Amino acid sequence: MTLNIPADNSLPEPVFPIKMSIGTRVWFALRHQITNPSSLKSLFLSASGLILSVFLWFLVTEYFKLPRFEKLPGPLAVWREFISHDPSFGTSIYTVEYYKHIMWSTLRILIAFSIATALGVPIGLFMGWNKVFRDYSFPILELLRPIPVLAWVPLAILMWSGREEPIIFLAFLASFFATVLNTLLGVESIDEVYFRAASCLGAKPRHIFFKVVVPGALPFIFTGLQIGMGVAWFSLVAAEMLSGEYGLGYLIWDSYVLSQYPVIVIAMVTLGLVGFICSAAIRLVGRQLMRWTTRGEA
Amino acid sequence: MSISGQISIRNVCKIYDPEGMNVCAVDNCSVEIAAGEFCVVVGPSGCGKTTLLNAIAGFHSISSGEVYLDGKILCSPDFMTPPGSDRIVVFQNGALFPWYTVEENVTFGPVVQGVMSQSKAKKAASELLGELGLRDISQSYPGELSSGMKRRVEIARALLNDPKVLLLDEPFRAMDALTKGVVHEFLLQVYDKTKKTIFFITHDLEEALFLGSKVVIMTTRPCQVKHLVEVDLPRPRDFKARSSTRYLELKNLVVEAVHEEAKKAFEAGERELA
Repeated sequence: MTLNIPADNSLPEPVFPIKMSIGTRVWFALRHQITNPSSLKSLFLSASGLILSVFLWFLVTEYFKLPRFEKLPGPLAVWREFISHDPSFGTSIYTVEYYKHIMWSTLRILIAFSIATALGVPIGLFMGWNKVFRDYSFPILELLRPIPVLAWVPLAILMWSGREEPIIFLAFLASFFATVLNTLLGVESIDEVYFRAASCLGAKPRHIFFKVVVPGALPFIFTGLQIGMGVAWFSLVAAEMLSGEYGLGYLIWDSYVLSQYPVIVIAMVTLGLVGFICSAAIRLVGRQLMRWTTRGEA
Repeated sequence: MSISGQISIRNVCKIYDPEGMNVCAVDNCSVEIAAGEFCVVVGPSGCGKTTLLNAIAGFHSISSGEVYLDGKILCSPDFMTPPGSDRIVVFQNGALFPWYTVEENVTFGPVVQGVMSQSKAKKAASELLGELGLRDISQSYPGELSSGMKRRVEIARALLNDPKVLLLDEPFRAMDALTKGVVHEFLLQVYDKTKKTIFFITHDLEEALFLGSKVVIMTTRPCQVKHLVEVDLPRPRDFKARSSTRYLELKNLVVEAVHEEAKKAFEAGERELA
């Protein structure tokens, strides 16, 4: 008897990641979502969870009208108002007002978040890199950081004269602390061995800063930016409730004062959506800048 | 190619002083390494081998003695040459920058030193990677590579700087036997081609005898030279050298000495814990 050993024992062709455009990548991800049974199942579960919670909301507010819930707007009332061409409280997807509110809030967030990133990331990097500067500034940061942003409201109003500036300042403040702290942690998380390797290879301090510190801290920086975006929205809404003429926070408070309850929920859901889009955008940019982390997992 | 990279370690002592407790890591250690020699230092874990390497690389100072490179002083109690591209370290757990591709990692040294332009460095890197059989992976990130691949790339990264000395700190420690076999042959090929001075640290005696021309066996802490073995196995060597009679003779000669030190180190560890 002879053993049947295949003569061709060459190794399979190595597979290397192919460079793809964003569009192709999104398409592949979508197709994977739809055709992969396990992700189809998780998609189904997510959808049923969402539907179930809306149904529960419907039951307690509009069907059973349970005590404590009877005054709250139900999903049907909100939906009817939301898609009405002629909304009874003046806010639906067909009114210009609705988009004005979204635009104002988004604009304020963009300004606050941009300033927070432009200041926070360099300060955090420098704090992590330079021990003298860190010793000098870390206590200040740690004392100011735990103060809730709402406690800054009076000072913000005293400091800034206009209507927009205090709102932007408050959103900036929250985002700034989250960004600085995470960037600092990011620099500290870099293994000492990379600094040693870089100095062995003849890197000067500026090379170490731009080629080791910055890319090494990037994963933490993006975590910080995501948290920063979240807390920026949080303080923005609080600030808009206190002052303002436009904005989703203002819309919520104004609708409460005027007893236009469905509009409150419309604004809340909108906040959820806009916040989600902002986070997703940051994640997308992060993934583009840190292909080494996603490709390493593949 | 001018052969340089002669290292002399003369009467080096290193005393660590954490919390006022004097711990003598290295005690009066002297080793002479000729230019182009493959020197392997063997000793039990935690004996202070890395202290010697750190002194040569410029990471830590020493308490007494001197270290010279090509007759010029590298390190003494009151002087330390900062790390530089003439003495490149390959680290125990690897230190390829995960955020750079293989190509970007390999070209890092010449580009930051300003000795090559970006495009020239790329060309040199692709030549070197091709020579070492690593061309296909030049656009991969380290996270996509196996540990054996990574270590080979790291050695390539060091070579592109044309260093005088390669310092390897237990580079194949956490590898399985098969991968180790492959990277050993790789390193031997590199050595045969370049004839760089290599200072290689390990706790694996068999690895030491297989790779090195000179094997320095260290005592347990404080680290002293216990034995010096000239390994006269012919080069180029391949895996067959490990079954040659001369190899087994040499091994028998020193295995007892190493075992004795390992036992001492183990008992010292027990005492420390008790």
